[in-house]
Amino acid sequence: MSTRVQTQGRLINRNRPVSFKFNGTLMKGYQGDTLASALLANDQMLMGRSFKYHRPRGVVASGSEEPNALVNLGTGNQIEPNQRATTTEIFHGLTATSQNHWPSLEYDVGIVNNVLSRFLSAGFYYKMFIHPRPFWKHIYEPFIRHSAGLGKAPDAEARDEDRYEHFYAFTDVLVIGGGVAGLQSALTAARAGAKVLLLEQTAHLGGRAPVDGGTIDGMTPEAWVEKARAELAAMPNAQIRTRTMGAGVYDHGYVLGYERLTDHAPEVAGPRHRLWRIRAAQIITATGAIERPLSFAGNDIPGVMLASAVRDYLVNYGVSPGDRTVVVTNNDDAYRTAIALVRAGLKVPAILDARPQGGGALMEEAKALGIRVETGSAAVKVKGAKRVHSVCRGVQAGEGEVLEEIFCDAVAMSGGWSPVVHLWSHCGGKLTWDTDQAAFRPDHDRAPTSHDGKPFVITSGAADGAFHLNDVLQNAANAGQAAAGRVGAETGDSAAPSGVAPDEAPLVPVWMMPQGAQKKLRMKAWLDYQNDVKVSDVQLAAQEGFESVEHTKRYTTLGMATDQGKISNINGLATLAKALDAEIPQVGTTTFRPPYTPISMGAIAGEARGEIFQPIRKTPMYDWHDAHGAHWEPVGHWRRPYAFLRSGESVHDAVNREVNATRKSLGLLDASTLGKIIVKGPDAGRFLDMLYTNMMSTLKVGKCRYGLMCSENGFLSDDGVVARIDEDTFLCHTTTGGADRIHAHMEEWLQTEWWDWKVWTVNATEQFAQVAVVGPNARKLLEKLGGMDVSKEALAFMEWKDGELGGFPVRAYRISFSGELSYEIAVPANLGRAFWDKLIEVGKEWDITPYGTEALHIMRAEKGFIMIGDETDGTVIPQDLGLDWAISKKKEDYIGKRAQARSHMTDPKRWKLVGLETLDGSVLQDGAYAIADGVNENGQTNTEGRVTSTYHSPTLNKGIAMGLVLNGPDRMGEVISFTNGDNPAKKARIVGPVFFDPEGEKQNV
Amino acid sequence: MSNAALALGGATFDGLVKIEELAGQGMITLRGDLTDKTIVKAVKDVFGVTLPGTRETTLASNMGALWMSPDEALLLCPYEEAQQRGNELAAKLSDAHALVVNVSDARAVFQLKGRALREVIAKLAPVDMSPDAFQPGMVRRTRMAQVAAAFWMDDTNTARVVCFRSVAAYVFGILSASADDASAVNYFTR
Amino acid sequence: MLLINCPYCGVAAEETELHAGGEAHLKRFGPDSSDDDFTGYLFHRENPKGVHFERWRHVNGCGKWFHAARCTNTLEVFGTYKAQTTEPPKDILDTIRAKRPGFNWRDIA
Repeated sequence: MSTRVQTQGRLINRNRPVSFKFNGTLMKGYQGDTLASALLANDQMLMGRSFKYHRPRGVVASGSEEPNALVNLGTGNQIEPNQRATTTEIFHGLTATSQNHWPSLEYDVGIVNNVLSRFLSAGFYYKMFIHPRPFWKHIYEPFIRHSAGLGKAPDAEARDEDRYEHFYAFTDVLVIGGGVAGLQSALTAARAGAKVLLLEQTAHLGGRAPVDGGTIDGMTPEAWVEKARAELAAMPNAQIRTRTMGAGVYDHGYVLGYERLTDHAPEVAGPRHRLWRIRAAQIITATGAIERPLSFAGNDIPGVMLASAVRDYLVNYGVSPGDRTVVVTNNDDAYRTAIALVRAGLKVPAILDARPQGGGALMEEAKALGIRVETGSAAVKVKGAKRVHSVCRGVQAGEGEVLEEIFCDAVAMSGGWSPVVHLWSHCGGKLTWDTDQAAFRPDHDRAPTSHDGKPFVITSGAADGAFHLNDVLQNAANAGQAAAGRVGAETGDSAAPSGVAPDEAPLVPVWMMPQGAQKKLRMKAWLDYQNDVKVSDVQLAAQEGFESVEHTKRYTTLGMATDQGKISNINGLATLAKALDAEIPQVGTTTFRPPYTPISMGAIAGEARGEIFQPIRKTPMYDWHDAHGAHWEPVGHWRRPYAFLRSGESVHDAVNREVNATRKSLGLLDASTLGKIIVKGPDAGRFLDMLYTNMMSTLKVGKCRYGLMCSENGFLSDDGVVARIDEDTFLCHTTTGGADRIHAHMEEWLQTEWWDWKVWTVNATEQFAQVAVVGPNARKLLEKLGGMDVSKEALAFMEWKDGELGGFPVRAYRISFSGELSYEIAVPANLGRAFWDKLIEVGKEWDITPYGTEALHIMRAEKGFIMIGDETDGTVIPQDLGLDWAISKKKEDYIGKRAQARSHMTDPKRWKLVGLETLDGSVLQDGAYAIADGVNENGQTNTEGRVTSTYHSPTLNKGIAMGLVLNGPDRMGEVISFTNGDNPAKKARIVGPVFFDPEGEKQNV
Repeated sequence: MSNAALALGGATFDGLVKIEELAGQGMITLRGDLTDKTIVKAVKDVFGVTLPGTRETTLASNMGALWMSPDEALLLCPYEEAQQRGNELAAKLSDAHALVVNVSDARAVFQLKGRALREVIAKLAPVDMSPDAFQPGMVRRTRMAQVAAAFWMDDTNTARVVCFRSVAAYVFGILSASADDASAVNYFTR
Repeated sequence: MLLINCPYCGVAAEETELHAGGEAHLKRFGPDSSDDDFTGYLFHRENPKGVHFERWRHVNGCGKWFHAARCTNTLEVFGTYKAQTTEPPKDILDTIRAKRPGFNWRDIA
């Protein structure tokens, strides 16, 4: 059984017990434990079930590469699935449950898949569920989705209660990884004067060195790490962040760092995660190496672990995975595990070394401790169900004949080490195959390059393929010096401390154990634990023609689980290479993509949640609207009242009331969101003539003119009223959504095409609150406010004037979007609310009625005024809308003019704007199509038009609509049919688009 | 004017830094060639400051000028004087090619006071806020979270952040969240 | 995420401060142009795997449009320059030619 031993445990504090719950059982660990080490200490080797076959699985690794020990963490709103027990630091009250089983971890129904596993080979789902076609969507997929999947997603209604944030950091040199290599690189670079930031994903510095032993400059690795930390901490140009993972390396030196602030201490206030958005001139990846499993039958039985993990649990946490541990290896490093176990008083019945000659100094040391070493040996298979029972020994060169059964309760395996090249590769760094190490390592000649075309990533230590302690330190110092040199720091020297550790004999690559294992064994030899991919699956894929590693990956799902194949990729592609009879470098690797391990959605979102999820733009009168029943409508980021609901009133009723009140007496609209762009200069008129389809340069000072703007491809893009302020100055109103876009449009043409024209623009939209005072009593209200003369004579329709009303400095425009007598009055934004309050107060006499955007829309539709975004959709030209009167025939040019002369644009078959009246007075559906005879080549009903705006008109008490119809203006009076959802088509008569006051008598008074 | 209302009515927040929506900040946008002698002189006459160099500020008590682009400056003065001074400047520049617009009401201004102001800003803007990269005397137009913003430092302990009036509540919200007492990064101030 | 120097304000701007504006140095064709010229202006664009001349705007910044010579493959930026020009400046072309012998773009070689 796995248990806590009395000695060792450098990372735990035995004086600080911590209690936590696993699957409802209260367990005890110590401060400093990971969930995995604490579970092992409680003899909880079984930690989960596998994805496909639901096989019992125990922990394999001790770090972020762990494929098996995934748990649901937390409860309620804070539940989080697929968390690695190996990287979860325990805290008092932690609650974890295991995943992927029903009804329980111990007794799982899904295990039936295991019995059927010979039928569930690679591509099984593709092959099985392809026919009959409709079954996939309705039967197969729901069933598979129910029984598959790892952790359970939190309830859809649950809200994460934690906070998150971002942080932008800039540095000369970013070092990712705080092992001895990362520390040495950081020291070298910082001593040379570079600004250095070091990230370490765990809570501790030092990486593997304190576990693996040796000496650095005569000190224990632990003592050296502390010395290095202290030196860096004392430097003003260096910083260390622990519990911060370098998650991804992106273009031009951009790196995401994932800091976990309170995962280990939820009682601490503040953000849970912080996403570091780092820009580094040079990046040193000192990310170490990951041990590979060996592929033998039963290598997934709980108790079979990586040799390094067994050593980590013992040394770091004082946990022994078993009393009797058999070590299976093809290299010297695993001997360290055997030695450590025996020195801790545990049994190692045998070391099975696949190499005929065995190892070097470490083997001699093990033998001297009395450990039995069997060279040229293989683990033919491991026996056991939920726990290792024994190892069957055979010869590596054979086919699986069992020579001996060795009883044990744990197996420590090592297939060699793979440098963690992920971060090097994220942004295009290439790899080279190192035959001696049987591993891919960074190809220094093909580094990722930055904006200057120069390399910006350097690998350090084991991540660069340096494994001996002394090599690691020298390699790291070289990396630090190179980075410092590239950022222009004084190139200090690359002196490195001397690392003393035993020399190691070369490994012998082992991709299958024993090398000639029969199919029965290969079908139980796992490559990818999390996705249940076996040696036989990859071989089958190769046999079925999946020669590309990327195809094999997708066909077998090798490396596609949440661990992204950290421990399985190299074994998988070596297996594929062998099956294809190709060399490993020819087969290549799959693409390494960020993030290195999954990061939380919360960290990505950062502060953007709740009230600050996105910017909400508010006019100065927002609070008044909110307090007076505003039914809000988003218009871009603005919030505008759709209607003002009185108590007990429906939206529809409110809209009708607002329209009627405005038409009969007095309405008030907050029009502050309309864009207001000031255009000034000797060439301003000429510029506006290019921008608008109509002539603006002839506009007289004091007058207003409605104008249309098109894009260069001719399509109508915005509209609004232009006022000429003085000889040189115009004020251009845009639509609410158009202000920023049109201002950018103006700047673009001025900066990039007509840069010699003398024109300045300023977007003054938000300087003014603007209120439309609308209705037959509008003038009476303003006259009562007092101040400027607003009579027809002093301020005629389509004129503007500066003045004062009720003590407020105003600019009043006589413009109307409703067909009523109407003034739009601009006041400085900070006075907007006070001015609005004043209008409401003084307007009581005429039952003043604030109205929202829907009443605005209805009134403009009654008048046949177009609305950008309703009548236009990016494919409509002004000519389609019968707006030829607003297109100057005199001008040589304007933006969009040439495009409007293209054959498709002048095609008489383009649909044109008309009014539509249903025969029964009902309202047409928005977007409904006019039905034409026959069907098109796809068998769809032909169409001859569509509805662009449709409303119930309270003024006329019937449905009115506008639409684009084939030859529409020539078909007045004709009745055509419109689609009506699933209901029978509706009949409507084609009429003129102006439904109300066609002579404009109401507005021009 | 007495009934002038700020976007947030002078909101404040006390955390890693003290945040205050400033009343009384007049702002005038000047479009023109910032190296044109007539323009430089007119600004000096009306605002008492020289026009700043690229990404710089020139501040003098309650007046100042901020570089916004090669042909745009933001001129600072007391709120009550903004319209008047803007008119004065426009009059002096009537023969020059320039545009002067009072934008005092179009913006909200927040003052940040405290040692941690660099890291509060660094949580929101993609700008190197380390003391060797950004100092008093500089101004930066950029993005803060999801909106356009500009900021400058009056001294090592004080910064002003300016944004559009309509998003004042949003900017105050993100600044306050970033200044939460429990969220110190200690990146610049350790 | 790209980092591009704005030639107006000198900021090394990250992509979130910028707005990409497509191909640079287009010649506008107006009302009197032929269908071919106009179609070319409106629709036809270079699409090199290699050096490209692009328009960018420092939208969350000084607001200025500028041009960048950038490799669409390696993302190397050979230089940025102001938008008030109809062709790439010589020093930038020299830089590109030195680094990318045989480079060509439209009629520039």
